[in-house]
Amino acid sequence: MSFIDRLDAIDRRWIFLMMACAVAIPIIVIGLTGARFPEVPGPTSTATFETIEALPEGAKVLFSFDFDPASAGELQPMANAFMRHLGQKKAKVYCQTLWASATPLIEETLKKCLLTQSPDLVYGVDYVNLGYQAGNEGVMKVISTDYKQSFPTDAKGTRTTAIPMMEGIENTSSFDLIMVVSAGYPGSKEWVQYVVSPTLGKGKPIQLVAGVTGVSAPQLVPYFPTQMQGMLAAIKGAAEYEYMVNEVIKAANPGKPLPPAYMEAQRRMAPQLFGHLLMVGLIIVGNTIFFVKRRQSRSGSAMKAAA
Amino acid sequence: MVSMIDSVLVSLTLAAQDAAGAGADGATAPAAAAESFFVSGRGALFGWLVVISVFVLVSIMKARAGKVFKVRPIAGLSAVDEAVGRATEMGRPVLFIPGIQDMDNVQTIAGLTILSRVGKTTADYDAHIEVPVSRSLVMTAGREALSASYLAAGRPDSFNEDQVYYVTDEQFGYTAYVSGLMVRKKPAACFYMGQFFAESLILAETGNSIGAIQIAGTAETSQLPFFVAACDYTLIGEEFFAASAYLSGEPDQMGSLRGQDLSKALVGAVLVLGVVVMTVGALAGGLVDLGSVSRFFQSLVGG
Amino acid sequence: MSRQLAIIVTLVAGVLMVVSGFIKPTQGWGEDAAEWFNILAAMAFVLGAANLAKVHLSKISSRDAGWGFSAVTLLAFAVTLAVGLFKVGVNPMPAFPDVPMSGGKDAEGSAFWWVYTYVLSSITATMFSLLAFYVASAAFRAFRAKNTEATLLLVAAFIVLLGRTFAGVVLTGWIPADSDWAFLRFENLSTTIFEVFASAGNRAIIIGIALGVAATSLKIILGIDRSYMGSGD
Repeated sequence: MSFIDRLDAIDRRWIFLMMACAVAIPIIVIGLTGARFPEVPGPTSTATFETIEALPEGAKVLFSFDFDPASAGELQPMANAFMRHLGQKKAKVYCQTLWASATPLIEETLKKCLLTQSPDLVYGVDYVNLGYQAGNEGVMKVISTDYKQSFPTDAKGTRTTAIPMMEGIENTSSFDLIMVVSAGYPGSKEWVQYVVSPTLGKGKPIQLVAGVTGVSAPQLVPYFPTQMQGMLAAIKGAAEYEYMVNEVIKAANPGKPLPPAYMEAQRRMAPQLFGHLLMVGLIIVGNTIFFVKRRQSRSGSAMKAAA
Repeated sequence: MVSMIDSVLVSLTLAAQDAAGAGADGATAPAAAAESFFVSGRGALFGWLVVISVFVLVSIMKARAGKVFKVRPIAGLSAVDEAVGRATEMGRPVLFIPGIQDMDNVQTIAGLTILSRVGKTTADYDAHIEVPVSRSLVMTAGREALSASYLAAGRPDSFNEDQVYYVTDEQFGYTAYVSGLMVRKKPAACFYMGQFFAESLILAETGNSIGAIQIAGTAETSQLPFFVAACDYTLIGEEFFAASAYLSGEPDQMGSLRGQDLSKALVGAVLVLGVVVMTVGALAGGLVDLGSVSRFFQSLVGG
Repeated sequence: MSRQLAIIVTLVAGVLMVVSGFIKPTQGWGEDAAEWFNILAAMAFVLGAANLAKVHLSKISSRDAGWGFSAVTLLAFAVTLAVGLFKVGVNPMPAFPDVPMSGGKDAEGSAFWWVYTYVLSSITATMFSLLAFYVASAAFRAFRAKNTEATLLLVAAFIVLLGRTFAGVVLTGWIPADSDWAFLRFENLSTTIFEVFASAGNRAIIIGIALGVAATSLKIILGIDRSYMGSGD
């Protein structure tokens, strides 16, 4: 068996091991050194940042956490950066989810990102956790006409009519911005189809920005920028946006160093880089094997024909 | 403009002012404002609904009247018999996964439609088919579909309702179970027909590692590249919905496929017309009011 | 008879959903129909749970391959159900300090929260992470430049893979960002591939899918296609 044949028939567990090293080693190195790569924000991340940056103080923002712990590795840094940016803008934050398993993620994000940054914020006045509601896109249709019908209480069981910041919230058009961090169904696509699209061309359009997994990003690109004013695609989008938000936070708190937690997306770009380089390397090796074998089989056929 | 006012009396107050600031005003008599019966802004959408429905229904009627429609060969569907036959020869089961969504998802229904055809083939070959599902309602519907397939194949006694069973609603819990099942039972043929998300590649790669023939079909565009990379055959988007017609060859199904194609031709024509008009307008520079042309096309597609 | 009833229910529910999209007074009906589905799906959970128990108990009793996993499944199911149902470790809500277990089942510190944080989150995140390994293995095996189309796809993949990381900046960062050639920078090429080529292809596929969905739905609503409910042949 030639080297090429052995390489072609390589046990896939070797590939798994290579990928594990490509991801784990940069994580360890970054953990020890704190190094990170500089970010150059792309157009969709910049549009996301600018849409949020344009919000006035006290703007009402609906934040839907439509993901689960499985995809939190990719999406939680986006949710964290969104929340910090909203805190910086002194926006009123209305959190909800259409994924049953996301409820604890809301609490954690509020505590970790909003309340550590602005401990004086008051529940029910500055922020609220409206919890989970079953029904997928059915909920979206209902809240488009009557928000409190789908969310009669918050996550703690308090009636929404008794929550001060819910006053004036009639439907999704009552919010200045809708933010969605989504992993699949129901997610950003359904928010565009059932909440944003019906309002297009009718008075004040609903503003939507979304953070999505890398795999679903190509599917959502057609909606940018008409139906979605901004989009963070995968951890790369999260890193670009986080970088811009951090610049704002640094400008607001001169001389104060940012804690490592503020750079979780940017720090993930190193494992991403080495993972991608490994993929490129594997594809090149795979194609080299393919061309060498094709050449061998052609020369073999030619020799047979000559004989 | 006044809109969406329900059963109130409205009067319009008009005021005019000349350059010097002198003015005159007056008010109309109060009149009752009535709520619009139709949801505004959906006229174009309704028009498209009617056109597509007419295309599909007329084509079905033509097919019933004896008109024969042809469908191009779809490799993935032609391979169904081969895959089930191979499983029978090897004495291994056939694995069928109708996606991970519930019965309110049209892809799940399309998946069950294909299950009924695949089930009939497995019953004909006397092969064993296993259908783990991630939703309770899909389990019930899947059992109905499969039991009818065994009945249609003349083998009702071979059907066991435990062939279709519930695993879990949790996406990765389901994936872990099915991956484990594949490694232990080594099915010779795996069908993935429905809506899938991140689990698509995990399932298809596991199937590939055990050497199964794999046929996938989904309308979830984000997962198509993974199925294409790891499966032997993939039904892309509309091919997945055409599978039912292709496998059955029934006039009704073939007619609906024809109606679908006519609708697509119309959509394509509108797209090409829009692109040509806007391009010519842009090149002509000022001769055409591009804004109004653009608004016309937007209203035509319901945007 | 039951099948005819099912077809009638399908017809009524389908027409209701379509009509509610266009006629104002019926808008709420469509939402009600969706609510009915949610109620049905919730009730079917019981059916699913019973089936889960039946399948795994039978595997354990017959010592099928992997019966140990069935035992773990049933144990995990029973423990999670019990701690959630009986609100084990749940503290009272601040508003109702005298009412025991008045807090949410997944409130921080509860047993259910513990299971969620330390078991479910880790397990599901691990499963999701497996994608990185499988995608590498699939790329090595299947991504071959067999013809012109596959070669184009390969080039696009390289650009996107590099353009989405710092490698793209290193390789093409020497092209001035404000020059006429800036579009050749990997990060810009990657964006162009996403926004132009991938977007155009996606739109075409989505249009085809939308028409397929419309035609399939019409066949189901009108009872032309009944194979999903086990008839029609």
